[in-house]
Amino acid sequence: MKTQISSLASPASVEVVSRKAELKKKALKLQARNLSLQLLVFVVVTGSWQFLSSQKIIDPFFFSSPFDIVKHIWTWAVYGTTAGPLWLQFLVTLEETVLSFILGGVFGIIFGYALGVNDLLSVILGPYIKMINAIPRVVLVPIFILWFGLGMPSKVASGLVLTFFIVFFNAFQGVREVDRNLINNALLLGASKGQLAKHVIIPSALTWILSSLHSSFGFALIGAVVGEFIGATQGLGYLIAQAQGAFDTTGVFAGMLILSITALIADLGVSKLEKRFIAWRYVRK
Amino acid sequence: MTQTAPDMIELKGITKEYVKPSGEVHTVLRDINLRIPKGEFTSIVGPTGCGKSTALNLIAGFEPPTEGEVYISEQRLDGINQRAACVFQTENAFPWKTVIDNVSLGLRLRGISKADAYDEARKWITRVGLKGFEGHYPSQLSGGMRKRVSLAQCLIVQPEILLMDESFSALDVHTRQLMEDELLRIWEETSASVFFITHDLEEAIALSDRVIVLTAGPGATIKGDYQIDLPRPRNVAEISFDPAFMRIHQQIWKDLKDEVMISYENANKFTS
Ligand SMILES: Nc1ncnc2c1ncn2[C@@H]1O[C@H](COP(=O)(O)OP(=O)(O)OP(=O)(O)O)[C@@H](O)[C@H]1O
Ligand SMILES: [Mg+2]
Repeated sequence: MKTQISSLASPASVEVVSRKAELKKKALKLQARNLSLQLLVFVVVTGSWQFLSSQKIIDPFFFSSPFDIVKHIWTWAVYGTTAGPLWLQFLVTLEETVLSFILGGVFGIIFGYALGVNDLLSVILGPYIKMINAIPRVVLVPIFILWFGLGMPSKVASGLVLTFFIVFFNAFQGVREVDRNLINNALLLGASKGQLAKHVIIPSALTWILSSLHSSFGFALIGAVVGEFIGATQGLGYLIAQAQGAFDTTGVFAGMLILSITALIADLGVSKLEKRFIAWRYVRK
Repeated sequence: MTQTAPDMIELKGITKEYVKPSGEVHTVLRDINLRIPKGEFTSIVGPTGCGKSTALNLIAGFEPPTEGEVYISEQRLDGINQRAACVFQTENAFPWKTVIDNVSLGLRLRGISKADAYDEARKWITRVGLKGFEGHYPSQLSGGMRKRVSLAQCLIVQPEILLMDESFSALDVHTRQLMEDELLRIWEETSASVFFITHDLEEAIALSDRVIVLTAGPGATIKGDYQIDLPRPRNVAEISFDPAFMRIHQQIWKDLKDEVMISYENANKFTS
């Protein structure tokens, strides 16, 4: 194909090149526009918040202000928090989140796969899983704290139950959706049960599983923070709970800001993972 | 040679029934007896929904027959037919595997080392005219190229039975003729028995040693069984101008037309 184009008369190929450059420029322009609009929203929201708060139109005690929040984070970072250095709080929460994310993901995939390929198992366990899934997970957190104490295990357990069901249902569905023809084809080509899983079922279910990982990281974070909120001695959730106890609105907002930035970064990480593992979905003609 | 060669596939008194969701029993195939010798190219034609794919599923071992038995090389088939490979009507290639991984899969599953499997796969990729596309994913290929991948994927394991379910019907005329010629060329070099399902009588005659006509369902049986004694090697694009071809075509079409009409009337009966 390429050789054909370059062997064409030169005016035509010059035109192709200039059209390409034009398209590229257009795409860049579009990107710049979107970015500046996003920035604009940020400036307008934080600016008016700051303005309203400093003019006392809204009560700074209840609503704080962007400037104060950033200052608060700065103070935490430099002078430490009531529970110790800020980075430690961050690390504790992150560790709980990542652990529950991984454990919830692994269990979710294992159970989803097992029930997906085994009709008997899914018939027997199906109703129970639905029942457990119907329990609002937050009410489990106090129980976990009773069982596992104020430390990390109770937070990991909270995040785990939240992540597990999302990944589980997606893995289950992913396994069920595998194209019958592809399974038959692999069987004819001589695949054993294990090979069938490796070459057909898992790759096919992976799209479902990876898309569930996006939301499940967020849920792992929620589990960890709620756990810390209810009973802990460390972590960002604990900081927020403390600030709330002291009527320190700025502290609550500061904790929230750190959490949402963490979630954003994690989401980017999961997207990267997704692109890597299901590259075949992203290739274009 | 067809008289002396041993049977590769034998269907003995095959009946296949499905239980409909309403609880009624739907008989798809009834009392089918068929022997396909080793190395024969057999085509199955019949009106839509008569049970051609069902017959293929039975030979492949995807499903057991309700009654009767399938024998492969005189052995009763139980479970997946390990001597067969199949080019399905829809996609065969695994979308998450590159062309070379798709083609080499059969060898890899048999425990052959990656290097050897790749070497062999390259040969087959070249053979089906896909050289240079080893690293592409199926989504980056055209429909015809994907069919070539499927074909190579099946042929690399040197199956004794090649099952094809309307494998070429989704292709444009030119690609289709190219693929048909390629298939014939490769088949002539191997001793595979081919079980070829098609809607297209011309395709069936042009390719086959033998054409089987099924009656309209439900309860389809074999209506006609024709030997095609056209000389080989054949050229698919030109053979349809051969007077002998036209004579055979006319003869079989008389059989097939009645069944198609019956099937058409049945369909109208159900909808009105
Ligand atoms: N798993 C199944 N359960 C119930 N009925 C089925 C099943 N598979 C096929 N059938 C029925 O069997 C009949 C034959 O189907 P089959 O797919 O074999 O037809 P076909 O001859 O291949 O048709 P076509 O030429 O359109 O592909 C159809 O009426 C179909 O409804
Ligand atoms: Mg069919």
